Amino acid sequence: MNTSITRVAIFALLLLTAVVAATTYWQTWAVGGLNERQDNAIQRVAQLTVKRGRILAADGTLMATNVEKKVGDQTLYLRTYPTGRLLSNVVGYSTQAHSRTGLERSENDYLTAANSGINTLVDRLSGATVTGNDLHLTVQPNAEYLAEQALAGKCGSAVALDPRTGKVLVMATSPGYNPNQVEKDYAVIARTKAACEPPAPLLNRGTSGLFTPGSTFKVITMAAALDSGAYGPESHFTDPGYCIEYGKKVSNFSDQNGPEKFGLVTLTDALVHSINAVFCEIGKTLGPKTILSYAKRFGFYSTPPLETPVSERAPSGLYNGSKLFQPKDASEVDPGRMAFGQERMLVTPLQMAMVMGAVANGGIVMKPYVVDHVTAPDGTLVAATRREELGPAIKPETAGLLSDMLEQVVTRGTGGNAAISGVRVAGKTGTAETGTPGVNTTWFVAFAPVDNPRIAIAVVLENQRGTGGATAAPIARTIMQALLHSTANS
Amino acid sequence: MSLRNRELLTLLAVAVLTGLGFASVYIARQAEISAGSLTYAVFFLAVYAVAHLAARFATPNADPYLVPIAGLLTAAGVTEIYRLNPQDALRQSIWIVIAAALFSITLWAFRKDYRTLERYKYLLGLGSIVLLLLPALPVIGTTINGARLWVRVGPLQFQPGEIAKLMLIVFLAAYLREKREVLAKGRLKDFGPLLMIWGVAMLTLLATNDLGSALLYFGIFLAMLYAATGRSLFVALGLLLFAAGGYGAHHYVGHVRERITIWLHPWTTQPVPCAFNGQLALRQDCASYQLVKSLYSISHGGIGGTGLGKGTFTNASGGELIPFLKTDFIYSALAQELGLIGVAGVVLVYMLFTLRGFRVAHVAQDGFSKLLATGLTFGFALQTFIILGGVLRIIPLTGITLPFISYGGSSVVANFVLVAGLLLVSHQANSRS
Repeated sequence: MNTSITRVAIFALLLLTAVVAATTYWQTWAVGGLNERQDNAIQRVAQLTVKRGRILAADGTLMATNVEKKVGDQTLYLRTYPTGRLLSNVVGYSTQAHSRTGLERSENDYLTAANSGINTLVDRLSGATVTGNDLHLTVQPNAEYLAEQALAGKCGSAVALDPRTGKVLVMATSPGYNPNQVEKDYAVIARTKAACEPPAPLLNRGTSGLFTPGSTFKVITMAAALDSGAYGPESHFTDPGYCIEYGKKVSNFSDQNGPEKFGLVTLTDALVHSINAVFCEIGKTLGPKTILSYAKRFGFYSTPPLETPVSERAPSGLYNGSKLFQPKDASEVDPGRMAFGQERMLVTPLQMAMVMGAVANGGIVMKPYVVDHVTAPDGTLVAATRREELGPAIKPETAGLLSDMLEQVVTRGTGGNAAISGVRVAGKTGTAETGTPGVNTTWFVAFAPVDNPRIAIAVVLENQRGTGGATAAPIARTIMQALLHSTANS
Repeated sequence: MSLRNRELLTLLAVAVLTGLGFASVYIARQAEISAGSLTYAVFFLAVYAVAHLAARFATPNADPYLVPIAGLLTAAGVTEIYRLNPQDALRQSIWIVIAAALFSITLWAFRKDYRTLERYKYLLGLGSIVLLLLPALPVIGTTINGARLWVRVGPLQFQPGEIAKLMLIVFLAAYLREKREVLAKGRLKDFGPLLMIWGVAMLTLLATNDLGSALLYFGIFLAMLYAATGRSLFVALGLLLFAAGGYGAHHYVGHVRERITIWLHPWTTQPVPCAFNGQLALRQDCASYQLVKSLYSISHGGIGGTGLGKGTFTNASGGELIPFLKTDFIYSALAQELGLIGVAGVVLVYMLFTLRGFRVAHVAQDGFSKLLATGLTFGFALQTFIILGGVLRIIPLTGITLPFISYGGSSVVANFVLVAGLLLVSHQANSRS
């Protein structure tokens, strides 16, 4: 019987060996993945013993810090946000009850000093309080405040970048929320009312709101038209007021007098007056593949880089339902409608700001970033973000031609409301139909000053009765003025 | 050195470890607990002394390491329970006293010859089934966490299944010893009584909704059958039977299906129907809440652990983060505070006990003793695997106790009686040689 008993014994020991193996797995390999989980309350609560790093705006305004709470023999550090709603959709929150979002989530390792060196390890082992690193953001709080004020009561977003570096200067979204309410008054946030359905106050519309671009997409069509050499600014068109696609008329934007009709125009005029019929013809000539390949060079079809969590950023492009859609064959896309920004094209404000940034920056797309640098509790530099090129989208000459044309949109076209005296502004309006007559998604995208660009901006508003020029352009103007003022010395 | 002196020395080492454990909890949590906690170390010293003296008188030639190992695991359990809730540790200590008493009584009662038990095998077999059925009865039966395993009489609450397990092992050892030659021939009619008793036992277990025990008893049965006959075909057949039963249960018993779903997919990205409140929720926030939180606890420990008394088990307002921590999930608490280094050590101690147990089976002289020691030891190891495997997501989670460490009276009593059984077999074997 001893042989069979030995075999039973070996089996029993194998079972217990499996227990050791599984324990090893969960305590080594699996740790990273489990720490990422949003419902990992243990790790979150355990990190309350860490004096979390602060988050500061570009001018040093304190946006996130801690309050101390004594529980038993432990000191816990709970989060508080002195500036409340300001930039909350980017900063995010760190709570026990509702986990973390925004930079509080994605930059958790810096904020808890989890990736710091030996000193922190000694603190941890000796039981001394670990202090996290501070995040210094690129956002200009004054302009951010003005942007959020201008958006208040509406649904929409405004994103402004520095086209030379990719710094995020403004990233406003509406409706927003007060991060101080997340822990205890979450119901207040859940009940948020807004001029759109669902209100989604926790959504960062700047990076993950997907909107029909409307005529702002003409910037990309125009870039493709010029850069491919197929057209020049003086190319001539005859606009009958509509364009024929698949045997049907696609009309220009209509006001009370019916569809507009422009007759003989140049390519520049077509952009200045945002003539759909002309872009429809260009789209049919260039074909959807050429236009989409230019869109991809500007960053479409990939999730735009930023320090916020990847789940809070969405790629722009053609969408089939909720899925990004890569046409395999040209016949799958309506080229004319895509050329003036309808079809199934959906874009984020960040993406449109990147497009304008590239045009302003001689055709080169800069990698956007919102964390300027990270400092240790004693003030020493831990990490600094370096400007980085994502690559050229168009030739410098194309960018120059396009800048001139976009400037004329503001000086003599649909974008007059964005004009700032003494500053050369280039921009493009957008008024996208939503399917409900008279209710539009409106846009204004711009950069300024044309001769020395410091700002690239995209403003979008949902459920508007007016045009992009009437509704979004004044907001873009307000933000640009504030930024020109606050970045004058930088 | 005599066997008992060796036991005494090992016990002293264990007592020092126990003292260190309580001291470190005390140092880590001075604000909340008093220095009186250190009396626990003295308490354990007394319990160890009683167990040692009982062994010295009744089974002087028994294996010297089983008692110290049991003592070490028990102390580790009470230390962790104490750290979680001092009140519970007090209650558990009372059960440990009862367990030590029953341990001594068992040793004393069977010190001459435990093999008289063989004569009462059918009585024991029947008795175990009656015990298993008890919780299914109305009035005294109690359902906790979906399983009907408890019997409540007045203020006392216990799991008769723990004692039934021991009786079943004795029955199987006696029955298989008698029938092993005929069984080895593989004639179907000889399996009749065995299959019948097992059918009844399995039905009972399904009626009480307790998967873990079903797996445990069936595993013990197969291991003892294999040890007795050496026929791997029986094991294969048995496993097939169990797989078929498990498949059937998966289809027809909601409780079983849910356990398996939780095991396979503890996390969902889309809300699924939640049985607790009838609403939609992510599975990790509903059905698999316990399992997932326990995994977070284990992973938070990492390699070195947070240190005894420094783990995170409550939120900032004192609310519990992991349900059933002191019973089913005591291992997740230990894993967080002791880390991989610590709990791997704990599992090694379980392995050591298993090795000593099978050694006893090896040196035992007669078939009954060999099978008894095999059954007791394998039952111990398999029970450890079933609960830890469940906690670690190797197998579906079922609520059974971790021997010696989990909070729970019936479990600690049954396991000390189990040690007594192994000591008796060991003493008998060593006395002959």
